[in-house]
Amino acid sequence: MKQRRKLMIWLVILAVLHGIIAAAGFFAPYDPVEQDRERPYLPPMHIHIVDAHGHFHLRPFFYPLRLREGSFDQYEEDTATTVPLRFFERGAAYRVLGFVPSRLHFFGAPGDRVYLLGSDAYGRDELSRILYGGQISLLAGLLGAGVTLFLGALIGMAAGYYGGWRDELLMRIAELFLALPWLYLLFALRAFLPLAVSPLEAFLLVVVVIGMVGWARPARLVRGVVLSVKERDFVRAARGFGASDFYLLRRHILPETASVLLTQAAILVPQFVLAEMTLSFLGLGVPEPMSSWGNLLATLQQYNVLVSYWWMYLPALAIVPFFLGYLSLASALQERAGAYKIEEKGNWNPS
Amino acid sequence: MRYLLRRSLHAVFLLLGVSLLTFLFSALAPGNYFDEMRLNPQISPETVAALRAQYQLDRPLPVRYAHWLNAVAHGQMGFSFAYNSPVAPLLWARARNTLLLTVTATLLAWLLALPLGVWSAAGFGRAPDRVVSWTTATLLVIPDLVLALGLLIIAVRTGWFPTGGLTSVGFDELSPLSKLRDLAWHMTLPVIALVLAALPTLVRHVRASVAEVLEAPFLRAALGHGLPHSKLLYVYALRAAANPLISLFGFSVGTLLSGSLLVEVVMSWPGLGPFLLEAILARDLYVVIGGVLLSMIFLVAGNLFSDVLLYWADPRIRTAASAK
Repeated sequence: MKQRRKLMIWLVILAVLHGIIAAAGFFAPYDPVEQDRERPYLPPMHIHIVDAHGHFHLRPFFYPLRLREGSFDQYEEDTATTVPLRFFERGAAYRVLGFVPSRLHFFGAPGDRVYLLGSDAYGRDELSRILYGGQISLLAGLLGAGVTLFLGALIGMAAGYYGGWRDELLMRIAELFLALPWLYLLFALRAFLPLAVSPLEAFLLVVVVIGMVGWARPARLVRGVVLSVKERDFVRAARGFGASDFYLLRRHILPETASVLLTQAAILVPQFVLAEMTLSFLGLGVPEPMSSWGNLLATLQQYNVLVSYWWMYLPALAIVPFFLGYLSLASALQERAGAYKIEEKGNWNPS
Repeated sequence: MRYLLRRSLHAVFLLLGVSLLTFLFSALAPGNYFDEMRLNPQISPETVAALRAQYQLDRPLPVRYAHWLNAVAHGQMGFSFAYNSPVAPLLWARARNTLLLTVTATLLAWLLALPLGVWSAAGFGRAPDRVVSWTTATLLVIPDLVLALGLLIIAVRTGWFPTGGLTSVGFDELSPLSKLRDLAWHMTLPVIALVLAALPTLVRHVRASVAEVLEAPFLRAALGHGLPHSKLLYVYALRAAANPLISLFGFSVGTLLSGSLLVEVVMSWPGLGPFLLEAILARDLYVVIGGVLLSMIFLVAGNLFSDVLLYWADPRIRTAASAK
């Protein structure tokens, strides 16, 4: 019962986290590519409820930032005017989940721009970019995990069910994939795919590349399950009644691998989100102006950004709650499956 | 001895397999280094064709593979288009730096993980165990990219550590001792990043396997005979728990190699990471293949080392191997 509750809690937390990212248009105050060239590298603004004169305001507000005198990149709060924060404001147009057009935003500041997490080199709102970037990174992770699990299940079932030389060959190849350090494998795969492509193609490429890297581990686990299931009585009985191979695999064997696949999914998704971040960080993934958690971090490779604009590091922290959620979910799933083995990051090569 | 021979043979096949695999991938790749040249009106198509022929890119795949294998056997590993020189010396210059980082990090991570894990397992469920568990759990949810960038920002803001490179300016004029100190100072940050990324997995595995062994009757008996606690833990328990840990050692090398690739790029350490990235962007085919193969050689070396360790540490393997 306790395990079940733990599982439910982590599922709810993950659902909320994904919900926030999926509803990026609503929670982000601005369009992620909208520039404000007048205000590059604006530091995060502070939200106040008590103003400079000590008066309490019911409605949260912020002070607009102005350049400190004699400086060209140091800002200070201009306490002469207060700009109130308004909730459920109408602002930049977006589409809910890519379909329903809407203009409603969680918050906004009519008459001025509010930068809760600062702005980047082009004066784009960092918070909006992180939220929209999360859509790309998470989608890449989820789709990549989908591709991997599909390949893994397919290869694992083929190897386990047919056995013989096919099993031998497939498992030897799986061993190769398991043995290679994953980042080298990722590099090698990416190296042999086209470099100059449109953002959408680049995104699909990233999904394919990370999807092809990790199949070996789920394939081996699925194979193990299939090997034991195919000798079970109900499968033999179905075979005796003249069921075809395809029917047996689909109706009797695939459902038995569900628990393994589910656990693997919880382990793979965060790792693949990280893989997307790594590729995009290195400039091999999703390009500008599209934002992803990885290419948002890429600006940190410039020394002056690293020194002066610490808030450009914030996209890195966005993945941490997702990592926590997925890892906890994976361990809860494993506990439920009765396997008390602890699975960890960096673990998609070793077994 | 038979056991080790079999493991070495396995390693050779693994290396051949990886090289074949990367070659197959490369054959599927659209475009190559000379495509950019073809777009350049100042270079005639004949020149491009001649260059392709010179590097044998116009030959069928099996022929190229055979040539390349021959080159590897002669210590060349093919030819870099961008550098116009054999790949092996280029790679080796960078690989030395990568090895310096990974070997140091591997040793340090294990030196920390073993006592921490044993300590944690000995006090299973009590305060020290909880502290270790919480720390590893926290480290576990911080991905290495986030960790490396965070450390770099700390370094930049405090000025305690250099923010990149292998050595300071004027390294050549330093005395040998200060040279060593300078190198160590530059290594500190990348090594910390690698160790922190690898540590939680290692500590958890050490803890789990030692905790399992501690239940064994022979250890309870030893405890009853009044053997000192520390000897019991670090000599008898650790040795009995060694088998899965030594296998993990081989795998930890792979994880650290991957981590190193990323950390090197983040902290501009002149190792394989930045070099391979550059090669990918330039479509320098043989450098990429060489880099992947080299990483595999390191990994295989790490695994062979762990096989030897296993052979030495676990009498069951020795007897099983000689019985055959």
